[in-house]
Amino acid sequence: MSDLTRMTAVQLAAAIAGGEASATEVAEAHLDRIAEVDDRVHAFLHVDAEGARAAAREVDERRSAGEPLGPLAGVPVGVKDIVATRGVPTTAGSKILEGWRPPYDATIVERMRAAGLVILGKTNLDEFAMGSSTEYSAYGPSYNPWDLTRIPGGSGGGSAAALAAYEAPLTVGTDTGGSIRQPGAVTGTVGAKPTYGGTSRYGLVAFSSSLDTPGPCARTVEDAALLHSVLAGHDPRDSTSIPQPVPDVVGAARRGATGDLSGVRLGLVREFSGEGAEPGVMAAFRDGLDALTKLGAEVVEVSCPHFQYALPAYYLIAPSECSSNLARFDGVRYGLRVGDDGVKALEEVMSLTREAGFGPEVKRRVIIGTYALSSGYYDAYYGQAQKVRTLITRDFTAAFEQVDVLVSPTTPFVAFPLGSRTSDPYQMYLADLFTIPTNLYGGPAISVPCGLSEGLPVGFQVMAPTLADDRMYRVAAALESAVGTLTPGELS
Amino acid sequence: MTVTLPPYEDVLARYEPVIGLETHVELGTRTKMFCGCPIDFGGQPNTRICPVCLGLPGSLPVANRAAIEATIRIGLALNCTIAPWSRFARKNYFYPDMPKNYQISQYDEPLCVDGWLDVEVEGSLVRVEIERVHLEEDTGKTQHVGGATGRIHGATESLVDYNRAGIPLVEIVTKPVPGTGALAPIVARAYVTELRDVIRSLGVSDVRMEQGSLRCDVNTSLSRPGEEWGTRTETKNVNSLRSVERAVRTEMIRQASVLDAGGKIKQETRHFSEETGDTRPGRSKETATDYRYFPEPDLAPLAPDLEWVASLKAALPELPRVHRKRLQADWGLSDLDMQSVLNAGAVELIEETVAAGASPEGARKWWLGELARRANESGIELVEVGATPAQVAELQRLVDEGKLNDKLARAVLEGVIAGEGSPTEIMTARGLGVVSDTGALTAAVDEAIAANPDVAAKIREGKVAAAGALIGAVMKTTRGQADAKTVRDLIIARLS
Repeated sequence: MSDLTRMTAVQLAAAIAGGEASATEVAEAHLDRIAEVDDRVHAFLHVDAEGARAAAREVDERRSAGEPLGPLAGVPVGVKDIVATRGVPTTAGSKILEGWRPPYDATIVERMRAAGLVILGKTNLDEFAMGSSTEYSAYGPSYNPWDLTRIPGGSGGGSAAALAAYEAPLTVGTDTGGSIRQPGAVTGTVGAKPTYGGTSRYGLVAFSSSLDTPGPCARTVEDAALLHSVLAGHDPRDSTSIPQPVPDVVGAARRGATGDLSGVRLGLVREFSGEGAEPGVMAAFRDGLDALTKLGAEVVEVSCPHFQYALPAYYLIAPSECSSNLARFDGVRYGLRVGDDGVKALEEVMSLTREAGFGPEVKRRVIIGTYALSSGYYDAYYGQAQKVRTLITRDFTAAFEQVDVLVSPTTPFVAFPLGSRTSDPYQMYLADLFTIPTNLYGGPAISVPCGLSEGLPVGFQVMAPTLADDRMYRVAAALESAVGTLTPGELS
Repeated sequence: MTVTLPPYEDVLARYEPVIGLETHVELGTRTKMFCGCPIDFGGQPNTRICPVCLGLPGSLPVANRAAIEATIRIGLALNCTIAPWSRFARKNYFYPDMPKNYQISQYDEPLCVDGWLDVEVEGSLVRVEIERVHLEEDTGKTQHVGGATGRIHGATESLVDYNRAGIPLVEIVTKPVPGTGALAPIVARAYVTELRDVIRSLGVSDVRMEQGSLRCDVNTSLSRPGEEWGTRTETKNVNSLRSVERAVRTEMIRQASVLDAGGKIKQETRHFSEETGDTRPGRSKETATDYRYFPEPDLAPLAPDLEWVASLKAALPELPRVHRKRLQADWGLSDLDMQSVLNAGAVELIEETVAAGASPEGARKWWLGELARRANESGIELVEVGATPAQVAELQRLVDEGKLNDKLARAVLEGVIAGEGSPTEIMTARGLGVVSDTGALTAAVDEAIAANPDVAAKIREGKVAAAGALIGAVMKTTRGQADAKTVRDLIIARLS
């Protein structure tokens, strides 16, 4: 058996089902790899070795009992630490939740357990998923396996770095403004944001409720599609969950891998062609576009005039919702409590707790959001941003009357050096320039590697209409078949 | 400082009141508003909770359809328009009994708007207009322990019970009610009474003010005739119908004394005291609270199906006021008699007693007589007096059958109230039944004749009216248990 950590989820599942490797061996190989490299990568905030071993043993027992196994049974997975896992620490990357062990599993965690996936542990993220580099994690940043002096993207940098460092074949992320796709792009991995409501939010520590979407991260498109089909589906505990059946994303990925895209129309967003993106990123993106054209796709330039307002609208809507969602962290019921000396007033204890428990980016957004929702400013900020959101949705709807999917670079720049953008929030926000419109619209989008720039991975984004998640998998798989997967060198 | 309060009549000579009422009703749904936790009054603290009603990170609300239905039915019964499209909103403020530090409520898009409720006050109808009826979640309860008063000052610890958190709460807000003059306190009480009866008739809440399933905030303002409406105060902690009336009255008097002295009314929340009957200012807020309302992104908008609403409307029960008119006719009562039944809060009790087999006269006699007297003496509501309609009906049946006379029946009732069992059981156990067995009575009659030879002689001479003295003597020896008519017959038979 070759190195189990280098195999795809599809290969691992086949090996386990065929008896060539046990789920326990697969889990141990990944736990060993984590022990070997994670002090340098810091992809994990918590490794649940015991839980992983128990889950793997159960899969092995089921297999030896002759029970049918699902397509990902026994495959290890890392879960972004903003997703509630019963009895396992869930910090959201924040000091304010240090030590909190949820008494319940998120729906997507329940689904993964039921599918026989083996949860290795919880991956690092920017605090409450606010950031594009993991540098806002209260527990220190993760490092990009392509270059350990550079960021692995964010907020789900831990999930992406774990894949690129072969610590896990699959991870789960959440995407509010690009937190699955941008880390995928800068680590040379695949990250998919499903249609909003396609995957349940029940058990996701809420950042921005109308945008948060959990989704799969993997090293191949087919692996991502397989995990997607486990995560997705209607959940009665999430009122924004959609009741429609999950599109056949696995079938679409396999069809795309055959390399035939004849008849598929790709929309090139005029507003995204060039400005703001590094030349090397644009060059790799165009190479990807050429590759797709060779497979039979047609490229049509489309205009989405309101995309330019997406970033400012997002930075009103997301902070507004977060200012309300994060109000519950007050030291009264769980998590950190500071200043409770029996003398101080309750308000003071709440205030000291929040002062000590929240990091700078979280505070910035809570304050922005509180301001934007306040009486007299609501219409000018939150209300106006919601109108922009409607206009952006109309841009998408109009564009999808002309084309099947929209394409763009995933993020304007390759992995940047740690510390290079933390002093200027706006420079950090620009990382999500191309990913945010999709979140405001609610449709699905995927990032797939399309080449290198200065030796670092570049991501290619495919955006599809809501509920047409299968379409983006088909195009992404076709691109992957043309340019191949990217493999970083040894960790340095 | 002693403030001289003007007499109520003086207040009305100079000022006109405007009142308004905000009523919260806890719905009696099986489960909470946004989760599956059961709803029951009481229970050990923090036993009816789950990740959702505790607001744990990651949990999400799912709206309770039964609560939405109940709210729509309340709206329909109050003649409201049911909004074709409505939304939940978040009301953001920090308070430890609120698990998420925001309350899921409704803001500018409530479920029901623009209705009215007609209430009867001193024989005429007053129309109270309803501004809105909306649905929200209740908060938990904070308990301050370690201090002498149970209040936050001096307490060593504050404990929070989240059993109540997430119970569906319907808020019913009236428009300002002007022009009621001296009747303002009575109108306020009549409105809350009528609202309570309407909601009870819908079967969606037990509307018990003493248990907090119906809570009322009373807004009061005064203005001089012809001038703009004055600044209003909001009085909370009004926990009984009687208190509603008292709160409006005392607040009118208090405001008048402030205005008389040239002062200004502060817009504030005040707390009513059941003990003293006056209102005290609540904790003053230096700045107005900004609740930062915005549409709840975790819940889909509500768009009630028109056919569903129409079917709910068609199935509404008879309104209490209409129902009462019908009862009055059935029972053959004058307006005055019906009014005293209403004032005693005895309509349903009499109705149930009649349903259990008693005649309307019999039922009314007990509830407005002996039982009302006992309730008054103990300062409790008639419903709390300790006798059920079924028991009263049984008691009356025993009287009708001649097994009890009035005096014995009152003794049996005492046993019923003491919880000794059913009237029949008590009658047997205490040996209170009427004695009409002639064998047992003959001895007593003979004894009475022997003891009163003069009286006996008169009766022998045909002066039958004199028998009363002998009957009294027999009753005395039988401790009132003899049937008077039987005794009389026996005496006359013996002496003729």
